[in-house]
Formats: sequence, C-alpha cells, structure tokens
Amino acid sequence: MEILENSNIDDQYREDKFSVFAAQDADDSYSLTLSIENIHCASCVQRVEKALKEHKEVLSARVNMTTERLTYSWKGTKSFGDFLANIVINLGYDLKPFGESIKGDSKDQEKLLLRCLAVAGFAMGNLMMISIGLWSEKVEFMGAATQDFLHWISAIIALPAIIYSGRPFFHSAIKVLNKRHTNMDVPISLAIILASTMSLFETINHGEYIYFDSAVMLLFFLLIGRYLDNRAKGKAKESAKALLAKLQGTATVLKDNKRHIVPIRDIREGMTILVASGESIPVDGKVSKGTSEVDMSLITGETIPKLVNKGDSIFAGTINIASAFQLIASKASEESLLGDIITLMEKSERSKSRYVRIADKAASLYTPIVHIMGLLTFLGWLSFGISWQLALLNAVTVLIITCPCALGLAVPVAQVLAGSKLFKSGILLKSGDALEKLAAIDTVILDKTGTLTLGKPELIEKDYKESQLQIAASLAVNSKHPLSQAISMAYSGELLDIKDAKEFPGLGVQGLIDGREAKLGRRQWCGNEKGQESDEIELWLSINNEKICFKFIDILRKDAKNTVNYFQNFGYKVILLSGDSKKIVSDIANKVGISDYYAETSPIDKCEYIETLKDKGAKILMVGDGLNDAPSLSSASISMSPSSAIDITQNTADIVFQGEKLKPIIKAFVIANKTKIIIKENFMIAIFYNIIAIPLAMFGYVTPLIAAIAMSSSSLVVVFNSFRLNSNRGG
Amino acid sequence: MDVLIYLIPIALLLSVIGLISFFWTLNNDQYDDLKGSANRILFDEDKSSK
Repeated sequence: MEILENSNIDDQYREDKFSVFAAQDADDSYSLTLSIENIHCASCVQRVEKALKEHKEVLSARVNMTTERLTYSWKGTKSFGDFLANIVINLGYDLKPFGESIKGDSKDQEKLLLRCLAVAGFAMGNLMMISIGLWSEKVEFMGAATQDFLHWISAIIALPAIIYSGRPFFHSAIKVLNKRHTNMDVPISLAIILASTMSLFETINHGEYIYFDSAVMLLFFLLIGRYLDNRAKGKAKESAKALLAKLQGTATVLKDNKRHIVPIRDIREGMTILVASGESIPVDGKVSKGTSEVDMSLITGETIPKLVNKGDSIFAGTINIASAFQLIASKASEESLLGDIITLMEKSERSKSRYVRIADKAASLYTPIVHIMGLLTFLGWLSFGISWQLALLNAVTVLIITCPCALGLAVPVAQVLAGSKLFKSGILLKSGDALEKLAAIDTVILDKTGTLTLGKPELIEKDYKESQLQIAASLAVNSKHPLSQAISMAYSGELLDIKDAKEFPGLGVQGLIDGREAKLGRRQWCGNEKGQESDEIELWLSINNEKICFKFIDILRKDAKNTVNYFQNFGYKVILLSGDSKKIVSDIANKVGISDYYAETSPIDKCEYIETLKDKGAKILMVGDGLNDAPSLSSASISMSPSSAIDITQNTADIVFQGEKLKPIIKAFVIANKTKIIIKENFMIAIFYNIIAIPLAMFGYVTPLIAAIAMSSSSLVVVFNSFRLNSNRGG
Repeated sequence: MDVLIYLIPIALLLSVIGLISFFWTLNNDQYDDLKGSANRILFDEDKSSK
C-alpha cells in the first residue's frame, strides 16, 4: 500500500483560499459570502460575529441563520479574508465557498408579491370601512352628495391599488394570451378590470352601486395563495443551487511540484489534483497516486464506501473519507457527472412547470364560454333596441357575476386543507399541486437504499461467537467506517483493551489484544486469499489464524412489502431502481414482491429511464432519498422522499415524510384522491351556480345586491365543502 | 356628515403610515433571516458596539 509521504499533508491541503471569491466593493474594501455550517443557536451567531468584529479591519459581519450564510467585509488586502475565515473555522464552524453570490429570482418575486399583498390589504381595509357606510345606509338618508363623496374616495383608493397589486395577474394573463392559451389569470384579470371600470363609470355617472370592494378583496385573497405557492417553489430552486455550490469551492492543483489553490470551475482536463481526507472530490478523474475509500453515496446512493486504487475512475461530488490521494482530471468541472446531474435537474424542473393544473384546465374551458355569453348578452339587448349603455351594463354584470371567485377558490382551499391535514401526520407538501399530481399516478418507482431499506447496514446473527464479536467490537470503535459502526451497535458488552490500534484506510483496523495481533477488515487483507470479494456486505476478523466472517444486511423498512402490495393491488406498476449490485437488488426485489427491477443504474440512467416511461404516457411517483435520486425525483411527475434524506433531495422532492415507515406514502395517496374528489365537487358547485346565475344576469334580473349575495354564497359553499376533508372518514 | 371630511383622510393617513413602514421593513431585508432575528434578541450587546 502506498501512503503519501507527507503525514501532515491533510492539514495543508485543507487551507482553502476563500479570498479567491471575495468581491471588491470600494477602493480597498472587500466582501465575501460563505456558507457556514453548524450554526444552531443565538450564541453561535454571537460568537462568530464577535470574533470577526474584534478586528479593526472588519467593516461588517453578519450570520444569516435561515440561509446559513456568513457575509463579512473588510478593509485592507484581499487575502486578509482568508485570515478571517480561518478564525471562524478555528471556532469550529465549517465554511464553504459559495462562489459568486447567486441572486434568486424567486426571492425578488417573493418580495414583489409581498408588496402587492400589502397594498391590496391596505386598500381592502379602507374600502371595507367605507363600504360598511355605503351598504348600511340608504341614499335617502345619506344624501346623494355624501354617497358620491364616498364613491370617489373608494375609487381613489382602489384604482391605484388594483393597478399596482394586480400586476402579477395581468402580466401572466398577457403572457399566456400572447401565446394564444388561457389560464386562470385571464378571467381573474378580466373580472377585476371590468369590475373596476364599471365601478368607475358608475361613480362618474352618480350611479348607485360600486364594486371596488369586491375587486380588491378578490385580489387580496388570490395574492395570498400566489405568495404561498411561490414560497414553496423557491425552496425547490434552492436545491439546484446547493448542488451547484459543490462545484464552486476550490481545489488543490499540483503543478511543477507546487501546490496551487484553484477555483473548481477553472479545473481543466489533465490537471493533477490533490484530494485530502474528508474533502469532496472536485472533478471526475482517475486516481494517479494513493489508495483511499470514497463515499459514493452521491452517485450510487449506497452507504458503504468504495475502495479506490491507482487507475480507478471517481466522480465529482463523492467524498474522500480515508486518506489523501492524487487525481488526474479527465474532464473540466462543468462537464463532470455532477455537472450533468445539475443540468438534468434544471432541465426537468423546467419541463415540470409545463404541467397544466386542473384550475388552468378549467379556465381554458370556462373563459371562452363566459366571454361568449357576455357578448351574446350585449348583442341580444342591442337587437331589442335597448340603448347600448344598458346593453353594456348587462353584459358586464354577466361577466362580474361569473367572477371566478368560486372557481378560483375551488382548488386552493381544498389543497391548503389537505396540506394541513397531512402536515399533522408528519407529511410535508412542498407544492400546492403535489396532491393533484399524486392522485393521477399509474406507476410507482422506488429507490432501494434508504427508501425500501433503512439505509444502515445491520449485523446478521450467523457463525460467530460472542467472544469474537467482542474482539471485533473492540477493534471497531477505532474506525468511523459504517460497517465498524454497525458492529459497535450490535455489541453492548464491555470492550477489550486494545494496544496500538491503527486504521488502514480502505483495508481495516489492526491492533494488539493481549499481545496477539488482531485484524478487522476486508477479506483479502485479513489473509483470506481464496475467493473474490463477494457481492454481500461482509467484514472479516482475523485472530490466531482464525478467520471469522461477519455478514451485514441493509434491513427492509417494516412495511415495505405492504406498501408495494398496496400499489400493486391498485393495478399500478411498481418498479425498483437502484445503483447497487444485481444480486442485492434482486434479493430485495424478491422479498418485497417487485418483478420489475433494474440494478447498477447511475443517476443519469435512472433519470433517462423515467423520461422514456414518461414519453410512453406514464404518470410516475418516484420515492427516493439519495443525492443520486435527485434528478429522477425532479423528472418524475411527483416525488416523495423520507425526512432522513439529505437536504438537497428533500428540497427536490414534492412531498417529504417522516418516520421509519413507508405508510405515509399510502396516506398521502389516499388523501390526494380524496382531495381530487372534493375539487371536482367544488367545480360542480361553481358550475351549477353559474348555470343559474348567468341566465338571470343575461336577462337583466340580477340586482347588485343579489349579485353580491350569490357570489359570496357560492364561494362559501365551496369553502365548506372543502372542509369535509377534515372529517375522519378514510383519512 | 361633515366629520367625514377629516376623519376619512386621518384614517387613510394612518394606514398609509402602516403601509410605508411595511415597505421600509421589506426593503431593509428584515424578513430575510427570521430565525436569526428571533435569536438575536437574546444577545446582551456590548455597550461599545451599537
């Protein structure tokens, strides 16, 4: 085995040059944003900020706990930033370069929506105050002048507010109309614009009724829904950025026997890179010197590290967990597998937004019908020789009374209620339309490690004595390897005293027990030359020429089989996709009763497989937990991940569930179907209301009071119907 | 009813003040780090640094 000569090499490698990423603000001041880990409480924030502010050169230092980012600025030389970063690292907080600060459009959009919401809320409050006066008192008591005065005040408040706060809807409506489609925003915009122009017309002509209050209230409620939706979507976008951040650190490049710190994005093919223990591998390449173990979970999803020797290929984003080695880059960083994964994720995220929501489908049917009705009303009245003003007034009443209030509420109310019901049982919905898509699936794709199984190896009771386990456990405490930890977990008794315990990366642990040499590790290293490494997860103990084999298994979640059967009974296709070896995957597949399984799939294979299924028209639910599942999660129609999954995967998934069981998948599915039924009922109610109201309005029988009552009662009925979700039947 | 002439502007003025303060908090990035702000209140700030 070849170990790199320099023993303290690791420490030197780790000296990241953060200042490469610093931005120059003024003549001699720089600022830098880094992502900071392990910030948990107020005192962490205070310690970091205080430590930095103690230096005179520091202009500002601020930790953002929500986004886990540290921003500081300083005067003086650029490299002083590294000194400051090291202060924080020495306090025990891990810093990672963040690259250029990536500005989020979702953040800007969120602020715009908040502003619109505030203005709409302001206008609504004031209009309500005035409306109480207008509706509770008759003109005869109030006097025409006072009424006009109140109308004009309402107009002055409402019109600017509508123009300001309606922008998100107007923009979206114009955008789809340009593409010759319609969505829910078209009737919403039209209703708001018509209601306010007609009210303005009435105000000018000393009319009796105005609708500014209804228009602004509609805007306000719709904006709340839009804001919540946008916030959920923003979280999903964060995940791609977090992945991207992995490509934005620095790497140590060896050139002419000198070390250079280079930003990862500047790495080119053929460069020699030093990878310290604990570092993540910056770029795809081949090992040129050294031996180590690499945590491949990013690519394969498997928890057991892989041994790499000279000549082996490794991928960007995997983590070197044992000893330092050298690597020759085979691709530029953007072309690495990790880069591919990110591109895939972004691509599928985009294609996802092409999904047509039920509400928009309804709108595309609803809008033309309603508008034709309005036109017919106008022409009808005109053909009977009525003045065009009255004809127009009746036509506008038709459009207002068909105001998409109930339709607009039909979907979001049901979804919000279903979401909160699921939330109580530990299932978090990330987007409003998640339930809609979940109810429409016909194929379920499962990942193996961490999804069907718990993702932790466990020792199987077989062929070993308690005393041997004791020796193994005593050796195992000296290693952080997942299998060593599994042995430690399995043994609860007293540990033996071990002398000269030493861990050999990629091989195992060695030590002296009562003067006898004991080894715990790989088959061949423990002296068992016979036979190749088997597919099974195993660890060997060698003591006194005795060789004992410990076998491990990644245990199934308790209700894995039931969950699979549940979906199979519905006639859905259940498929297992795993990056693991064939034998292990087929074992698991047989145990849970899945006949369609694919082993040794890369993240890209998985994603492509899903795309081909999608092209054939399948609606796919993907359940996965590893980073390697992230692209498939975002390309599937709907995705779920357990809360034990890493952050990036959780952010990508539409639904996150808690607990050791898979039952939440079934529960979410049941509620999704229930919600779908409720939404359909809501649409029926809205349509029923329109069937009655439209003819009345067309023939001019609808007075403003009737219109107001009819509109609000239809909305109320829709809301109450949605509350039926909370009844316990079947939930 | 004459009272309306100045009561309504007063009511409007008050709510405009509220609206402007909200815009100010938003532009001041006060909603960017809700978790941090919740914790910062626990600090005993040094008198030297404001």
